[in-house]
Amino acid sequence: MATRGFSSGRRPPADGDARIPPGQYLEQGFPVLSAGPTPRVRTEDWSFTLKHGPRPIKKWNWAEFNALPLTKMTRDIHCVTAWTKFDTAWQGVLVDDILADAGIEPPTAYTLALAFDGYTTNVPTKDLTDGKAMVALLYEGEPIIADHGGPARLLVPHLYFWKSAKWVNGLQFTTRDEPGFWELRGYHIYGDPWREQRYTDDP
Amino acid sequence: MSDAATARSPWQAASIVRIEKRTPRVTSFFVQPSRPFAYRAGQHVDVRLTAPDGYQARRSYSIASAPDNDGVVELAIEKLDDGEVSPFFHEVAAAGDEIELRGPLGGHFVWPDDDGGPLLLIGGGSGVVPLMSMVRHRAARKSTVPVALVFSARIWDEVIFRDELIALDDRGDGFDLTLTLTREAARRPSDYSRRVDVTMVAQVMARLPGPPSLAFICGSNAFVSAAAQALIDAGVPAGEIRTERYGV
Repeated sequence: MATRGFSSGRRPPADGDARIPPGQYLEQGFPVLSAGPTPRVRTEDWSFTLKHGPRPIKKWNWAEFNALPLTKMTRDIHCVTAWTKFDTAWQGVLVDDILADAGIEPPTAYTLALAFDGYTTNVPTKDLTDGKAMVALLYEGEPIIADHGGPARLLVPHLYFWKSAKWVNGLQFTTRDEPGFWELRGYHIYGDPWREQRYTDDP
Repeated sequence: MSDAATARSPWQAASIVRIEKRTPRVTSFFVQPSRPFAYRAGQHVDVRLTAPDGYQARRSYSIASAPDNDGVVELAIEKLDDGEVSPFFHEVAAAGDEIELRGPLGGHFVWPDDDGGPLLLIGGGSGVVPLMSMVRHRAARKSTVPVALVFSARIWDEVIFRDELIALDDRGDGFDLTLTLTREAARRPSDYSRRVDVTMVAQVMARLPGPPSLAFICGSNAFVSAAAQALIDAGVPAGEIRTERYGV
């Protein structure tokens, strides 16, 4: 159904078309969205904990975590509020390298990302490993500002960006796929932008 | 808390039944969904426009109406000069036109009156829209929950829903309105003429019968960040503050 009188729109550039998932538009800025006040986490208070269910496996402080191998990842990101941003450049620690430092193989098929503000989001473990995701420490070569999730945020760029938890402070392996904060509030359990899995009832 | 209200929300046609200019930059579009739905105060809908060649643009808009009315949904839309969807509404849309919408959406920035209070609402510019739904819901339910709304606008003529809000304030039934203008002098005795700050928030909170059990802040990211900090500095626990940001 065409909308009467709507013809122009903000079409994507021809060469970028194939990089924009359905229902998204290209954004040049970097919008800020979050469900509560922005926590100001000082690096001296920062820690990151790997857990299997309630049981901690290993915990790192800021210095220990920064001593892990750093990897660069430049990716397009896709927010469920319909903006897509090309070529965002991050550096951080691959989830693979976190697991290697803890000396474990992933113990379960599902993971819940945990954050300082109480936010949670669920991601299948296989979407975090094999170089697909990292805990990012730098954006465009600089420390990540608090508005964008600093000191550290999860980066799972192939899923809608609410999965890339800001102010991340842990990963918890879970036996079942446990819905996180937005997944309990109407948003899709998996969130693949290429299948436009925005809301609970999207296929 | 699973969100049954959004469990089934496919795209549907909706017709614009009435258009009402609210301020020089904000106009309300009253839309009748072909399949009316229940929603909660504070929720939003996604709107989709389709060009003749199939290109589609979608944006989220908060619902301004109370969920207690006749099923017509009021979207109060600010015109963004560099926008893609809002210029269509402001320059093209007419009563009788059809658009597509999906909703209701969002399960966090919501206040059903049985969630209680006292409630502290802070809105900047068109960020007042989802808060207006809560204020109207309270009035429609004849709720006695104490509610304070701080509404920051640049000038008096950009105070969206101004007459309605002042009329609700005048009832003296536990709804307390504070207007703060950032580019003009205050017009009413209890109003301010500056940005939201901790002193203002503390003075508004002191008029509530008790500390707020929930606070909702909506506006631009800069507005929400500053207001959230003011609430935290005034002693509102971060866990009781819910925010919604335009994202820019």
